[in-house]
Amino acid sequence: MDVIVTQYKRCDVVKAAGRVDSYTSPDLEKAFGEIIGAGRYKIVFDMQNVDFISSKGLWVLIDAQKKCRRYKRGEVVLANIHPEIRESLNLVGLSNYFKIYDDLTAAVGSF
Amino acid sequence: MERSELIKKRAFPGRYESLAAIRDFVVQAAREVGFSEEDVYRVELSVDEACANIIEHAYGGEDKGDIQCWIAIEAEGIRIRLQDFGRPFDPSKVSQPRLKVPIEKVKTRGVGFFLMNKLMDEVRYSSSLRGGNVMEMYKRR
Repeated sequence: MDVIVTQYKRCDVVKAAGRVDSYTSPDLEKAFGEIIGAGRYKIVFDMQNVDFISSKGLWVLIDAQKKCRRYKRGEVVLANIHPEIRESLNLVGLSNYFKIYDDLTAAVGSF
Repeated sequence: MERSELIKKRAFPGRYESLAAIRDFVVQAAREVGFSEEDVYRVELSVDEACANIIEHAYGGEDKGDIQCWIAIEAEGIRIRLQDFGRPFDPSKVSQPRLKVPIEKVKTRGVGFFLMNKLMDEVRYSSSLRGGNVMEMYKRR
């Protein structure tokens, strides 16, 4: 799975393309881990090109959110979620833990 | 079992790399049934969660055995049976995920089975007489 990280002045944008499942989620985990490991905690996850995400992928997002929100030092926000993915986030109640933006500009502008 | 119009069968190696191929196999069948793309996604996600559970819990890791996938394309919907040869694992015994708790307390164990039950019309588990587990799910069109 392709994961591209772009560092902006006020936040980092993680843009993934493809399907996040038990096989590919380590790629996403690594990308978040490197940003957080570098001491940056304001992250936008751009899901424009994410076609599928399993509970394993949702766990990567929750884990990153736990680390970013600690000490109120930042957070992970989501942008451009496909409606099917949004449904599964809602079903398991995980949408309560993320701010969700309809486009990338609004997500980046939230920081 | 209802009379089926078409049955497709395939075995996949029990490793995470197989998940994409298993999903493609099921997605193609779901499209043949005539599901909306929203429902195709629901079937795809349910099968992925079931197979990831098989590898992680029934086999306890990758490359321990195959996942046999059996699909019946019926007039009114799709019936999917997934069989493994690992240790008995009844996902319905896993505690339900706790929702509406502070994020520090969120645990995702059990989320896969919870999703399957929400997204499919029927989910049934049984242990196989030949060893292993059988998960059968059905979704109406």
